[in-house]
Amino acid sequence: MDSSVLLNLGMQLGWLILLVLMIVVPLLITVAYVTYAERKVLALVQLRMGPNLVGPFGLLQPFADGLKLIAKETIIPTGANRALFVAAPILLFFLSLVSWAVIPFDVGLVLADINVGVLYLFALSSLGVYGIIIAGWASNSKYSFLGSLRSAAQMVSYEVSIGLVIITVLLLAGSMNLSTIIIGQAGGITGWYIWPLLPMFFIFFISGLAETNRCPFDLPEGESELVGGFNTEYSSMTFALFFLGEYANMILMSAMTAVLFLGGWHSPIPGDDVIPGLVWFAAKIAFCLFVFIWVRATMPRFRYDQLMRLGWKIFLPFSLLYVVGVAAYVTFFRGAL
Amino acid sequence: METFLAYLNEAPGTVLPGLMFYVLAIVLLYAGVMVITARNPVHSVLFLILAFFNAAGLFLLLGAEFIAMLLVIVYVGAVAVLFLFVVMMLDIDFEQLRKGFVRNLPLGLLAGVVLAAQGIMFAISWSFAEGAKEGKGPTVLSSATNTEQIGQVLYTHYMLPFQVAGLVLLVAMIGAIVLTHRGNTGVKRQKVAAQNSRRPADVLKLNSVNPGEGV
Amino acid sequence: MPYIPYLGEYFPVLIFLAIAVVLSSAMVGMAYLVARQKPDKEKNSAYECGFEAFDSARRRFDVRYYLVAILFIIFDLEVAFLFPWAITLDDGSVFAFWSMMVFLGVLTIGFIYEWKKGALEWE
Repeated sequence: MDSSVLLNLGMQLGWLILLVLMIVVPLLITVAYVTYAERKVLALVQLRMGPNLVGPFGLLQPFADGLKLIAKETIIPTGANRALFVAAPILLFFLSLVSWAVIPFDVGLVLADINVGVLYLFALSSLGVYGIIIAGWASNSKYSFLGSLRSAAQMVSYEVSIGLVIITVLLLAGSMNLSTIIIGQAGGITGWYIWPLLPMFFIFFISGLAETNRCPFDLPEGESELVGGFNTEYSSMTFALFFLGEYANMILMSAMTAVLFLGGWHSPIPGDDVIPGLVWFAAKIAFCLFVFIWVRATMPRFRYDQLMRLGWKIFLPFSLLYVVGVAAYVTFFRGAL
Repeated sequence: METFLAYLNEAPGTVLPGLMFYVLAIVLLYAGVMVITARNPVHSVLFLILAFFNAAGLFLLLGAEFIAMLLVIVYVGAVAVLFLFVVMMLDIDFEQLRKGFVRNLPLGLLAGVVLAAQGIMFAISWSFAEGAKEGKGPTVLSSATNTEQIGQVLYTHYMLPFQVAGLVLLVAMIGAIVLTHRGNTGVKRQKVAAQNSRRPADVLKLNSVNPGEGV
Repeated sequence: MPYIPYLGEYFPVLIFLAIAVVLSSAMVGMAYLVARQKPDKEKNSAYECGFEAFDSARRRFDVRYYLVAILFIIFDLEVAFLFPWAITLDDGSVFAFWSMMVFLGVLTIGFIYEWKKGALEWE
């Protein structure tokens, strides 16, 4: 290996790092502004103003919040396992960042176009359970541990229906590569997978709410029930990381919904080349996020046993039936592609 | 980008996949040893998770991306979660469990010696088939991706093992319930269908009462 | 042309992993550097609405969590078997379709058994 090869390698490594930062930095800013958007939308639904003091229309509020959280003391309770206690929020935030490596933003605009993109996303959402379990256990507190167990059981129950819904999309798309799934939805709004898979879209969205521990499924985080649930004992930056991780997961779920059901970067008007695909993708994600916040503002919380009943007794059988139906359609009526 | 990735994919002498193999293998062996020697059971499970991740990485290096992802989804995402649930909820007194070490040492050593002897016999009697040393790796017969290749044969040629897997899962389901379910009787449960199908006419009766009279 | 595993696509993922770890750790590290740490016995004790903590933090073992985890493993495996099938079904193999239907049927029998036994209840 001579020095020119090394220099070449170094430059290409640098280019990769730049690409990664081009995904991560806008993502972090988006996460910060989703917190602002949530507070604003919730406030307007509840007929009040929301943040409007810091900066024009309160737009600098997320930065004020961030500064406050950094400046607070990180308290680690006695008896807690120090390493695991600090590692849990890092793990959670890390997982929500890493999933973005395979999301296609536009034609060819994807960091890693792996063949098993969908499986990669599914794997990372399975790993999300760990951050919560470790956080709850490492806090050495009854409330935290109970909250984390319930949250983990809830996430795990809705993983299965997410998996089955993904199977229906794969049946129609024929590939696990995310770009291929989006390309299969070309042709304007009528080509999107939401139409043949409408019930699956709803199940996916609701399961996404359950996965990210959002209302109406946020009982384990239960702001009025178990104090803070698994993040009772967390303060300052560690708490901020949980919070940010939850919002980053929300954005990820919206992005997955857009990719799997809403045609990714395709425009609804067939053959439209004027507005870049990236803008359409962002608009779809924004719409899904708005629905996330809208649901929080509107619905009461599910009781835990009702939540589990929904996941196991309703979503699971129904998605399984739908899988059989779509498979029958693909085998017998579509034939070999 | 193209030259870099082409460099990565060159035949013998690639640096990065070779390096990755050694890193993954060494960490995997270390994690495996730590699983059985860690004092705290939760640490054991965490090392097991580390071992699974490294195994998944090794599968990726072989090009078996489906198996690698599956390892993460099933082993790390489901099995290790189960282990973690159990280990965290049970208050196992490991000091008590470890007390029998010296007493059981002879038997353990005997088992280890027998296993080692079998391993040595196996290694001595190994012989390569003709032409095996020239082959580079598993021969792939189609141009489909790894997952598609599995899908093409699993449900047709290997249908019987596939169905056996289904039966094993069925046995696991039934076994889990038989072993653990206590079946609380007398617990008031919600019957949602009954609640939803209640009609006002069945439960309400409107009486018009004259003022001054009772019902 | 035989399928050569294109590992190059996974390298950006590795870089992303490394950067994400550095970023997350840096965020926590930043808080340690910037804020004043003054550990105090009251601040560090576990939260129990203002009382001293009752008994130990370890609960009695609740079997329902274990059952949920086992059921999750089984259905996760079922979904895992469904993945390659979903991709190759459009080759038009009716045999593959029916063999998967038998598999799903077997697992549905198990699911119905669980439902009847009440394992899916109250949690």
